[in-house]
Amino acid sequence: MAANGGFRMIRRIACMMATVWGLAHPAYANDTPVTTFTLSNGMDVVVVEDHRAPVVQQMVWYRAGSADEPVGQSGVAHFLEHLLFKATETLEAGELSATVAANGGRDNAFTSYDYTAYFQRIASDRLELVMRMESDRMVNIRLTEGDILTEREVILEERNQRTDSDPRALFREQMNAVQYLNHRYGQPVIGWRHEMETLDLEDALSFYSKYYAPNNAILVISGDVNPDEVKTLAETYYGVIPANPDLPKVRERSAEPPQTAARRVAFEDARVAQPYVQRSYLAPERDSGAQEKAAALYLLSELLGGGSTSYLANALQFDRQVAVYSAAFYSGTSLDDTTFTFLVVPAQDVTLEEAETALDETIAAFLEAGIDEAQLERIKLQLRASEVYERDNVDRIANRYGRALTSGLTVEDIQAWPQILQSVTADEIIAVAQEVLNKETSVTGWMTRAEEVPQ
Amino acid sequence: MRRVKRFVLSCLICILALPALADIKIQEVTSEGGITAWLVEDHSIPFTAVELRFRGGTSLDMPGKRGAVNLMTGLLEEGAGELQAQDYARALENLAASMGYDADRDTVSISAQFLSENRAEAVELMRMTLQEPRFDQDALDRVRAQVIAGLRSEEKDPNDIANRAFSETVFGDHPYGTSGRGNLDSVAELTRQDIFDAYEAVFARDRLYVGVVGDITPEALGEMLDTLLLDLPAEGGVIPGEASVTLNEGIQIIDYDTPQSVALFGQPGLDREDPRFFAAFILNQILGGGSFDSRLMTEVREKRGLTYGVYSYLVPRDLAAVYMGSFASANEKMAEAVDVVRSEWNRIASEGVTAEELQDAKTYLTGAYPLRFDGNGRIASILAGMQIDGLPLTYVETRNDKVNAVTLDEANAVAAELYDPSRLQFVIVGRPEGISSTQ
Repeated sequence: MAANGGFRMIRRIACMMATVWGLAHPAYANDTPVTTFTLSNGMDVVVVEDHRAPVVQQMVWYRAGSADEPVGQSGVAHFLEHLLFKATETLEAGELSATVAANGGRDNAFTSYDYTAYFQRIASDRLELVMRMESDRMVNIRLTEGDILTEREVILEERNQRTDSDPRALFREQMNAVQYLNHRYGQPVIGWRHEMETLDLEDALSFYSKYYAPNNAILVISGDVNPDEVKTLAETYYGVIPANPDLPKVRERSAEPPQTAARRVAFEDARVAQPYVQRSYLAPERDSGAQEKAAALYLLSELLGGGSTSYLANALQFDRQVAVYSAAFYSGTSLDDTTFTFLVVPAQDVTLEEAETALDETIAAFLEAGIDEAQLERIKLQLRASEVYERDNVDRIANRYGRALTSGLTVEDIQAWPQILQSVTADEIIAVAQEVLNKETSVTGWMTRAEEVPQ
Repeated sequence: MRRVKRFVLSCLICILALPALADIKIQEVTSEGGITAWLVEDHSIPFTAVELRFRGGTSLDMPGKRGAVNLMTGLLEEGAGELQAQDYARALENLAASMGYDADRDTVSISAQFLSENRAEAVELMRMTLQEPRFDQDALDRVRAQVIAGLRSEEKDPNDIANRAFSETVFGDHPYGTSGRGNLDSVAELTRQDIFDAYEAVFARDRLYVGVVGDITPEALGEMLDTLLLDLPAEGGVIPGEASVTLNEGIQIIDYDTPQSVALFGQPGLDREDPRFFAAFILNQILGGGSFDSRLMTEVREKRGLTYGVYSYLVPRDLAAVYMGSFASANEKMAEAVDVVRSEWNRIASEGVTAEELQDAKTYLTGAYPLRFDGNGRIASILAGMQIDGLPLTYVETRNDKVNAVTLDEANAVAAELYDPSRLQFVIVGRPEGISSTQ
């Protein structure tokens, strides 16, 4: 049970599965059958078939995450996620997980800004069993004060482990809080400690009754199943749950005002071993029916900072040798404005100021030089080939659908995305870079080691 | 650059079906040159996953050269043949291929995936990587700086601090006693010659295990094996002898200013070949094997809220076997959490497990086994791992029977022998309250 704090660890960007020259196989995408339908109570269903092994994964995604929480209750979405493993009218506390385990499966859940999701992975002839239990806890949980007290200690230990024990996580939390002036993306998914400590039964149940309903949920089934059979089971278990008529028509989000001032964060911690500089810019996300800008931003992030052949790595790690690591990140799947982020870990004897200057000079040089068409083509080829490799892991496809559908996108948007990425031109990438890499919406952070205080 | 273009006969020794996975069949393929691989042929997606493992790993580091094998492994993606680092990376991008490299205490592994339509070019790039690595000085210095940056971070990470202290306590002067990534001094002094020496110690045919899954025929695989591997030397560096395990009841606390302490604990374990291994494996599933309803999770997390997660695991390495566990708790809760873990260790040693717990664990383990075989890369890795563990090709058929064959009496006899509270040692990093070092 995890809070996906939306932010990414320092790591090499996942090696893109590469590609073939001149490859033009749009048919690849269609080789994995994806079927979608909606139940009469409004619950969306996605089925991704793969019959190579008798395994199925059930996921239920709710369009409710930490950014949907009431003010003063940060962390309640994730707290509720934990509490859904307690008792229901028909299941003892822990019985769902124990039953899944006793059938050889595994289960878990995760929470992010825009969604909460629950999943089980199990032999495909046990789909009905997990559907019965998952549909049960959509509306039937029975919580006690004892559950609240113990599980609150668990989430505080989770915050200790994931955030408070890791200066990089604390730094990212501060960066994020400064990036958003008014939107709830500025609050950590796991919650601020002082608010987590006060979360109570009423807070959890209020979030539950507002958002946990079939008309706010998406069922995503992947693996060795056929869509007709899924439809019959889904109608039996989920289709009978009444829709919540009071579900807000639109996600209740406070919007960002215009951001007009570049901000700086100076984070010091005695546990920092390796200082680094991070720069983020507010950036548009993928919008339904209008994903072109996001596609250009994704390609921009790959061109600038997507591995050892990228512009930043070439300039900072190979040519000037002022960095041991550099990267750019952009994830466009988000309900509201997201970020475009750079990270530079300076080489020994290079200061953060020098690293930051080198980053700015390199971005400017990139915009001046224009796009390396061969590099752009290589990235597009890799994206096409990645569709072949993705068929080896339908759970990943299922995950992609769940995230997109809880982030304001439609099935049509998801299926159009690969073609939109292919159609982006060099000029569009430069244009979006000039629009988004804009000082007024930026936050620049330095993470450094706190000086020892003499005792 | 020489290309081997021979047609190779491959002999299929055996074909087996996985339980509940009717479509997956494992074949043993031997190339004309005599190199053996395990193959699952599956033409449904036009790509192939290859897993190469070389036994020895970072334990092959020469005295004073700690970190050489790790750094060498990191340099494999930094150029080969005529291609310098970035040209090599671009070639890989152009070839629809990905390659991953990893070094641990016992093995160096190379995990590759490539599309069928340019398999030949991808295999040639892999061949260059294995047989003609460049290890250029500028690449060495650049990757060394990355390794050193990582080592500096480890010095401040409570989990890494605990791991290093635990290894040192348990294994002393054996290579297992120190991190395979080396230390700031040893890595700073590694020369280009040291990297070539490590390369020669690691890559040899006498320690090679191969798993392959995907869109490739046994004939094509035979040819690929000879192209890739036949020209490697017959023998590599001498793998060190077994490590002695020193663990005694006690607590070692390493002071570190952090709100939440990290605890590692362990006692002597047992080898993969030990006839009691399956019983121990089931017992561990009951005690702390990762389910939310294990005894440790129930007692430490669910009932008392003392941690986010607590796990125990058998660690049967090539040169020593230990039984370990870990968790993290707020400084003020650590003492109670340690007490609970100890009392669970005593309870399972003295009382064993119940018939119901045994049955639940068996159902879980046997049901979960086929679920592992999901995806070409995963299966290739499992095939190589099975060979390294000396398991027969028939293992996938018999494994669940071996789990099911363990009786309650056997399990409880093994529990009484295995769990030894008098040798259960804790290493804690943090500022835990109400608890102190025993040494």
